[in-house]
Amino acid sequence: MSFVMRLNPMRKTGVKQLWRRACRFVAAAVAVAALSQPAYALIELDITQGNVEPMPIAISPFAGSGLQEDVAGQISSVVAADLQRSGLFRPIDPAAHIQQGMNVGTMPRFGDWRTIGSQALVTGSIAQQANGQIRAEFRLWDVFAGQQLIGQQFFTTPENWRRLAHIISDAIYQRLTGEKGYFDTRVVFIDESGPKDARRKRLAIMDQDGANVRYLTRGDDLVLTPRFSPVSQEVTYMSYVGGNPQVYLFNIETGQREVLGNFPGMTFAPRFSPDGQKVIMSLQQGSNANLYLMDLRTRRTTRLTNTAAIDTSPSFSPDGRQVVFESDRGGSQQLYVMNSNGSGATRISFGPGQYSTPVWSPRGDLIAFTKVHQGRFMIGVIRPDGKGERILTEGYHNEGPAWSPNGRVLTFFRDTVGDQGGPQVWTVDLTGYNEQLVQTPNYASDPAWSPLLD
Amino acid sequence: MSKTLFARGARFAAVVAVCLVAAACSQTRPELSGNSSVAAGSGQDFVVNVGDRVFFLNNQSSLDGSARAVLDKQAVWLKHYKNYSITIEGHADERGTRQYNIALGARRAAAVREYLVAKGISPSRIKTISYGKERPVAVCNANSCWSQNRRAVTVLSGR
Repeated sequence: MSFVMRLNPMRKTGVKQLWRRACRFVAAAVAVAALSQPAYALIELDITQGNVEPMPIAISPFAGSGLQEDVAGQISSVVAADLQRSGLFRPIDPAAHIQQGMNVGTMPRFGDWRTIGSQALVTGSIAQQANGQIRAEFRLWDVFAGQQLIGQQFFTTPENWRRLAHIISDAIYQRLTGEKGYFDTRVVFIDESGPKDARRKRLAIMDQDGANVRYLTRGDDLVLTPRFSPVSQEVTYMSYVGGNPQVYLFNIETGQREVLGNFPGMTFAPRFSPDGQKVIMSLQQGSNANLYLMDLRTRRTTRLTNTAAIDTSPSFSPDGRQVVFESDRGGSQQLYVMNSNGSGATRISFGPGQYSTPVWSPRGDLIAFTKVHQGRFMIGVIRPDGKGERILTEGYHNEGPAWSPNGRVLTFFRDTVGDQGGPQVWTVDLTGYNEQLVQTPNYASDPAWSPLLD
Repeated sequence: MSKTLFARGARFAAVVAVCLVAAACSQTRPELSGNSSVAAGSGQDFVVNVGDRVFFLNNQSSLDGSARAVLDKQAVWLKHYKNYSITIEGHADERGTRQYNIALGARRAAAVREYLVAKGISPSRIKTISYGKERPVAVCNANSCWSQNRRAVTVLSGR
């Protein structure tokens, strides 16, 4: 029982290079080799239904040799945590496993796994290579069919172990749900520290599970509303640097920052187009805010709206043909959809209350929003035609949804009451039943998801 | 009671403004009631005796009578002390979403700017900036605090 190994080991990379190499890493680490035909799965999770019963899955603690014993256990723990947080899986406590001490080469005693109610099983091994890298292997088994669904192998540097775990989680998620995962992703957000009336706000980035927080600005200037490029390691956000609030572009790899455009007023609420080549944003002139589009290559700007109102929070449809935004042109904040050249704006929200911060799902099927009604702040979704509104969470203050790259989960921030209160980042899935706090070192707001790196 | 006071204040300020036109060259201090232990023409004078801020209703940017009374006094003072430039900072309370509040703060600052310009302050002396809901001065979770945060503050500079 052995894997076919045709792998290009990844060269050692520094932290900085990691970002640039992120995509290549995955490409290089693709591995391979199934022992049996994984053409069909007997177990499959239908995640299109409203309320999914989580699938019981056993993640046997990965075996590690020598130095990698700790890392092996940590990798399997992160995989279990990823799957658990998705709400679609229920990892079974390893203490309840009957077959213990497995490595990636151990043949499962499927009866033992059926006995504890497990439908799927994950096994794995981590080994130290002579060149300092680690070799990671894992298999996903269908317990009822008694067959292997995935067998893959990766090489990477030891400090990459968390990414490795997330890549394994994505592979499992995709095999069992039929949809791409979202675990090997990051979230940019605003880190908030200090008292409520003197908050220091820093641009920060973390893994989607809250690990590996890094600060991208020092907190000297107020920064707000970061958004990830869908195609590169770039972020667009608003900064008050120099006392002149403008939209900036920030390169995460190089740390380079540049102001976007030369507008005669404050620019804010930026967001990338789906191809990453343009940024759409608001320009404030006097009492009014209108929407502008800036081409990042030609630097040309185009005015899209021209109203005596506040038009803001624009977000493209994934095909780039339409834009959803909020406007108070009708007297209160409501959602509008227009063509991406600015024509044909149509109001789509009609419920009681104010609607704001719309963001189009990467799947195209839904628009998420913040709704304020009678002092309650809600996160909801609505179809682009304005039908099918659903509230996913509501309370004292929930704001600013952003989609996971597979369009199944929303991240947002929730503020708490009191002068010691502050915002924290949460996730909720489309059923609205699975809410999860993302642990951050300080208060945190304005989360925005990166694309899946593949 | 306080309404009458403000109304009277507004009338008073208007009278003073007329006097000032005549006395502009004589360097007379504007006759603004208040604490005379504060140095005339100082930043403290502006804050204590004139009033550096006006307040708004929820989601509104219109100036009510008390706001206009404060701005009338600001205009008189600024016309007398011509060395100052001002930055009008617009703010919103925390009970709204971030992007909209940035624009709402800008709208409030613009309302103050327009009013001061109409009262004769040169647009070249005025800058505006919005901080949205990011710079609250009162931090309780009640309207008593939110109403203090829905404000436009005139900040002096350049002397």
